[in-house]
Formats: sequence, structure tokens, C-alpha cells
Amino acid sequence: MATMDTAEPSRRDFLYIATGAVAAVGAASAVWPFIDQMNPDASALAMASTEVDVSAVAPGQIITVKWRGKPVFIRNRTPDEMKKLDAMDVKSLKDPQSDADRVKKGHENLLVVVGVCTHLGCVPLGHAGDHDGWFCPCHGSHYDASGRIHAGPAPLNLPVPPYEFISDKVVKIG
Amino acid sequence: MTMILSGSKLGRVLGAAVLAVGLGFAAAPASASDAGHGPKVEMQSWSFAGPFGRFDKGQLQRGYKVYKEVCAACHSMQLVAYRNLTDEGGPSFTVDQVKALAAEIKVKDGPNDAGEMFERNGRPSDRFPSPFANDEAARAAFGGALPPDLSLIGKNRAAHRGGVSFLGDPFTLYAEAGPDYVYNLMTGYVDAPAGTTCDGALQYNQSFIGGTCIAMPNPLAEGMVTYDDGTKTTVEQYARDVAAFLMWTAEPKLEARKSTGLKVILFLIVLTGLLYLSKRKLWANVAH
Amino acid sequence: MSGHSTYTPSNGFTRWLDARLPIIRLSYDSFVAYPTPRNLNYWWTFGGILSMMLAVQLITGIVLVMHYTPNTLMAFASVEHIMRDVNWGWLIRYMHANGASMFFVAVYIHILRGMYYGSYKAPREILWILGVVIYLLMMATAFMGYVLPWGQMSFWGATVITNLFSAIPLIGDPIVIWLWGGFSVDNPTLNRFFSLHYLLPFVIAAVVVLHVWALHVVGQNNPTGVEVKSEQDTVAFTPYATLKDAFGMSAFLVLFCWFLFYTPNYMGHPDNYIPANPMVTPAHIVPEWYFLPFYAILRSIPDKLGGVIAMFGAIAVLFVLPWLDTSKVKSSTYRPLYKQFFWILVVVGLGLGYLGSQPAEGGYVIASRILTAWYFFHFLVILPVVGLIEKPKPVPESITAAVLAKNAAH
Repeated sequence: MATMDTAEPSRRDFLYIATGAVAAVGAASAVWPFIDQMNPDASALAMASTEVDVSAVAPGQIITVKWRGKPVFIRNRTPDEMKKLDAMDVKSLKDPQSDADRVKKGHENLLVVVGVCTHLGCVPLGHAGDHDGWFCPCHGSHYDASGRIHAGPAPLNLPVPPYEFISDKVVKIG
Repeated sequence: MTMILSGSKLGRVLGAAVLAVGLGFAAAPASASDAGHGPKVEMQSWSFAGPFGRFDKGQLQRGYKVYKEVCAACHSMQLVAYRNLTDEGGPSFTVDQVKALAAEIKVKDGPNDAGEMFERNGRPSDRFPSPFANDEAARAAFGGALPPDLSLIGKNRAAHRGGVSFLGDPFTLYAEAGPDYVYNLMTGYVDAPAGTTCDGALQYNQSFIGGTCIAMPNPLAEGMVTYDDGTKTTVEQYARDVAAFLMWTAEPKLEARKSTGLKVILFLIVLTGLLYLSKRKLWANVAH
Repeated sequence: MSGHSTYTPSNGFTRWLDARLPIIRLSYDSFVAYPTPRNLNYWWTFGGILSMMLAVQLITGIVLVMHYTPNTLMAFASVEHIMRDVNWGWLIRYMHANGASMFFVAVYIHILRGMYYGSYKAPREILWILGVVIYLLMMATAFMGYVLPWGQMSFWGATVITNLFSAIPLIGDPIVIWLWGGFSVDNPTLNRFFSLHYLLPFVIAAVVVLHVWALHVVGQNNPTGVEVKSEQDTVAFTPYATLKDAFGMSAFLVLFCWFLFYTPNYMGHPDNYIPANPMVTPAHIVPEWYFLPFYAILRSIPDKLGGVIAMFGAIAVLFVLPWLDTSKVKSSTYRPLYKQFFWILVVVGLGLGYLGSQPAEGGYVIASRILTAWYFFHFLVILPVVGLIEKPKPVPESITAAVLAKNAAH
């Protein structure tokens, strides 16, 4: 330290505290744009909805469409598959949810789920696994034809994205 | 001692001489070119100028109409999407209005499951349509002249003002050379002065910075675009509105920038003042 | 100069750390206890301001890279995507573009301060040379950064500057083709410029560390140019210099933000908002303002190789500045004759800058030649001769003596 005979400034001095506080507020506010820039940008948000014509999906068929960069499965279940689902004991499931809660009224045969395994994000294979629903090849999770998890490490059912029928034929996802 | 004195004088004399010669020569051609007829670009007053500047929403909506009904016939605007028309700090159309505007166009999309391209109705996320498939097609349609893309025309055109007037701009915050130019160009179709002729389809424009004659025919005529808000439908008004709109397309975040700037600068002035007082207090007992 | 360390670890952990990696000791000795001359004026805050600007450029640059695409087909559009769609993208990009200009404003003031107060003289020659190296690296970085938006000025600036190397006899053309990675400025050029533009700032940061190291070995110069003789002459870096620097930085930020928020395109060129077109050269191509004096020197010589040599020579002469100046006295305060030539040089530099922005024709060329001649005359003739013939004013005994005399006069 220099040997200047200066009065050591009091740490409680209001001026210094005020200056430090204002500087800290400024620094903290300046950080926000640099964090926020990594959030989805305006063009990504604008593309966040997809319209799909589902009239051509035949019973038993699964189509995959892209929504927000992820696959969405649209499956037209056959009456047979529906019957099997109804027979299941919902309460015994890992993530209990009835099939009726996962579809839209009047379009019960049509299932729309995000095709991303709830374990670690792989894309499950359709018409595969113990319940002829989906099977995730990465770590062996078995889903039924309602996209509900039955066995394997995945904790949750395949999520249903927000969607609506904007006509009898067209579904708008997002 | 005398030597040193004369050396000191020498410095002053030499310095003055260099300055005089240098600036004298520099000034000569500048004034010569001013004397000639350079493009006539007069500064306009804009609502979005200055530190508190904001776009006039009505003006942007009118400007969009002029762009859509007149300019868009030949010019593309590839960087702007319909959704931008609803953005804060823009023309502030409603989402429904923009959906309707977007639905007016057909967009080529695809391929579909059959591997074919198809046409669908426009959506807000679509960019404004281009009148030509590519630059070559546009050139072919206009005898070799390419109508420039208008997305950034509010920033990428500036008339050279000559001299050192640019030194004042940081103080006056003049940053409207682009819209000034667009306005002047749109209203610059006057009779060519005696002795000036333009080849073929070219037209004389007193404000064109690319030469004496311009390939673009006079695009505006009184009453050609209807305004719903009762604004007068003169060429000057169209020019002013479309110039403002083109400033917005070039700088869509202008309002956010200026309002953020005001807060930041006021904050920094307070902080700088506090730092100065702190520094003065700290150094009060230190001779320096 | 820095003497032995006065740091004493205050607790068990810092004692443990100090015995293994004395990083707190290093920071303490360098930025807290470091003795700094008590008479430094505000021109000395520009070192801190430059560090701040380097940090601003690094942070904003790294963020921009998250959104930018270095490909000739997408570069321009990706920059506009940043300006239009990315959250706060306009702010970060304008910060980076104007920050570059502000960085140069600060570095020119810093260099001129060094020249005015003789900060390049013994024992600070290496310190000065490292500074010139940083300046050169800054020029290279700024030039390559200007290419990245792939506008008209980007493209034609890159074309013209890389073509400078074609002036080299025999191997010039192969060098230019090697620089381009093709037969014109194109995608390979853009990609390598992007890579180097990302790399060089970290090299700058490394040389800054050397610069600061050298500074801390020899100590700061001061407005009297008299070396520190006793502890009386100094104050501790923290809080004295720290707080003064903080004030300087904050004041500089006001200027920076003024441009950033209100005239963000003032320092740029309108043509760079036109996508690069290899078929059409803009009518008046000019480099960024901070290169204009050198551009004027380049154009003032009516010979390709000669112009290039003069331009690089104008920077190279700075490397030998410590040996061109024959005066024993550092500070211009005590050098009445040199002081005048210093200010003439400043005006000549500004004049060259103005001329560099004007078309290369008629009187502008003649003026450029005169000022270019003066520029070299200053370094190669005036500096050595003035040092020999000038009779300096009496230099104070010590910094403290100068301070006391100044305060007594008030």
C-alpha cells in the first residue's frame, strides 16, 4: 500500500454503496439480452404451428409429421386396437391416463402424440413392442397404441401436443 | 538559443503551410462538384427521427398499401414476412388482418408425400412474395435493369452530401438519409433540363444517385392508391408514406432501439455522475 | 518496480490455495496493491477502457456466432435474421459493429497518449512494441470481421485489400490465390476469414496479457515522464486507479451508447446493406474510418508496390519509434518544440483520414501526397532532429515535487 495519509474511506459510506448498487443493477440488466438471445427467436415462434390433412391416414396407419423440429405421430387406430386399449387397467399404469383423455371427442380413433420417448428423447418405432404401440430402441421402453408407457425406463406417456381440428379433415398442431 | 526559437517557429510555420495546402486542395474539388448539378436530395421531417422518434402507425399502414399496390409489382422484399406487420413498433396490423393479407397470396410449398410441389394459401409466417422467380427473370422483363430488393432500401441508399457536413450527424442524430432519398426519388421525376436527354425508356430524375437517368418509370400518380383514413392521395403523400414504410422494413427494431437507448443512456449518466462523485471523494485527500 | 508481494492470505483456504496456485496473490499484487503514479490524468484511463472494449467485442462476438452462418449464400441473410428475429439481436449486432469503431477510437487515443508523454522510451520499448502488435492484430481482426456480413463493402473491401499482396514481385499472385482459396473472393475466403476473425481476438487477449505484464515490470509512465522514485510518488491501484478507471469507462460507455442506440449506422457504409455482388463494384469504395489514413497513404503513391510499401511502412515505422526519438525527456510537457510537431502530426493524421474518404482524384491526391510525405518526415527526420536541437524545459525532481508545485500554483 502507498503511504499516502488518506483517510481510509468508511465502508458504510452512502455514496460508495449507492454507486456500487447502481453499477450492480446496470450489470445485471445488461446480462439479460445475452441470455434471452438464446431463447427461440421470432421466426421460430412464427413457425410453431403445423396444419396436417389427416383424411388420408388409413385405419392402422401411422404418419409422422414435423412440428417444432420434432416428429409428431398421427395414428388412425383400428377398432381392434381400440378394444384392446379399453380392456386395459388404467390404474396399473406408470402414468395413469385413460385413452379418452388423450384424443378429441368425435375423433377417438385418431391419436396425435409427440414422437419423442420421455426417457431420453429418442424416436420410438411404431407398431412395435409388447403392446403393438411403440417401442423405443434406445433403452427399451414399451408404449401402447395410446402412447402410454407400460414397461421400460421412460417415466411418462408420450405427450399429446396442443392441437385442434380446424375442419373434419385438417388438424392444426400447435 | 536562437536556433531553438527558430525551430519552434519553424514547426508552427511548417504546420500551417501543410494544413493550408492540404485543406486547400481538398476543398477545391469538393466545391467544384457542389457547383455542378448533383442529385437534389432535400431533408424531410420524419416522426421517427431523433432520440424520441416513433413510427406513425397510420403512415406505415398507408405506406404498406402503396408498396403492395405499386412497388411490389416489380420489386421484391425478401426479408420481410407478413407476421412482421403485427410486430410491436411496426404498422400494428391485427393478427386477423395479417392472416387475411397473407391468405391473398399463393405460396409454392412441398414436396408433398407424392414428391410434388403444390400451391397453398399464404400464412403469416410467409415472406412477402417476389414478383419474379429470380434476378435473371426480372432483368429479362426490364431490358436488363434489375429492380432492387426493397427490404433494406431505407438503409442502403444515401446521397453523398459532400464536404464535412457528416461531422454534425452524431450531434443532430441525422440518420434518415435513406427515407429522404426515397422520398426525393419518388418526387424527382421532373422535366429534364435543356441539353439533357435520356436514352430509350430511361427517364430523367433530379434525385437519382446512380446517374442522370433512371430505368424505373415514374411509379406514382395522384389518386392511384385509395386511402381509407381520409389522407390526401397526392404523389408527395404516397412518397412520404412509402418512404416511412421502407424505413420500417429496413430497421424494424427502430422503436425498441430508441426507447431502450433512452433508458440506457439516462442510466449511464446517473452511474457516471455517481462514479465521478465517488472518485472525487476518494481522491480528495490525495494531491494529484 | 513491483517489489515483493504484500499479500497475506486471511484464512485457511486461501493459505492452502496460495501454497499451490498463488492466483489470489497474483491478482492482488497486480490489481490491488500495484503502485500507480499518483499524478495520472484521464488519458491514462484508456488502458482500462480498451480492456472493457475487448471484453465487449469478445462477448458480443461469441453470441453473434450462435446465429451467424459463414456461407456466401446465407451470410447476409443470417445477419439480417439476427437484426430482425433473434431476441435482442439488433442490440448485440449493433454493439459489435459500433464496438469495433469505439475500440479504435480508444486505441488511437491510447497510442497518441503514449506518443505525447513519451511512453515508448526506455525502459518501455517492449511494452510499446507489444502495443503496436495488438494494434496490427486489431486491424486484421476488424478487416476480416467487416467481410463477414457479406455486403457489397465486405466483398469489395476483401477484394481490394487481399489484392494488395499481388503487388509483391514474383510471388504476389500465388499468394493472393492462396489467400482466397480460389480465383476470386468467394466461399473459401469467407470461411477462413470467419475462422481467423474468431481466433484473432483471443490472440489479442493473449498479447494484452503480455502488454500488461510488461507494464507491471517497468511501471506506468506518467504525465511528467519522471520515473517513480519513492512510495510517495504512488497510490495503490485499488481503490484509486480502479475507481478513476471505472469513471472513465462509464463516461466512455455514454459515448458508445450514443452511437449504438441513436446513429448505429453512422460509422458503417450504406452499401454494406446491399448483398455482395461480384459483378458490380460500388462507385466509391472506402474502408472503415479507422483505416482511412492508411488508405490515403496507399493511394497517394502512383505505383502499386510503392503504395503498398508506404502503407505498411506507415505502421512499421511505429515499431522503431523508441529508437527514432533521440530526446532524453519523455513528456511533451517539457518539450516545447516536439509538442508542436505532435499536434501537427495529429492534424496530418486527421487530414489523411478525410482524404482517404474522398475520391482519388485531382487535388485530393496532391494533398494526400503532401500529408503522406509529412507523416514519414515526422517520424524519420523531425523526431531524431528535434531531440538533438530542442532545449527542454526543466524537468521536475520527482512526481511528488511536480504534484506539490502544481497544487501550490492553484
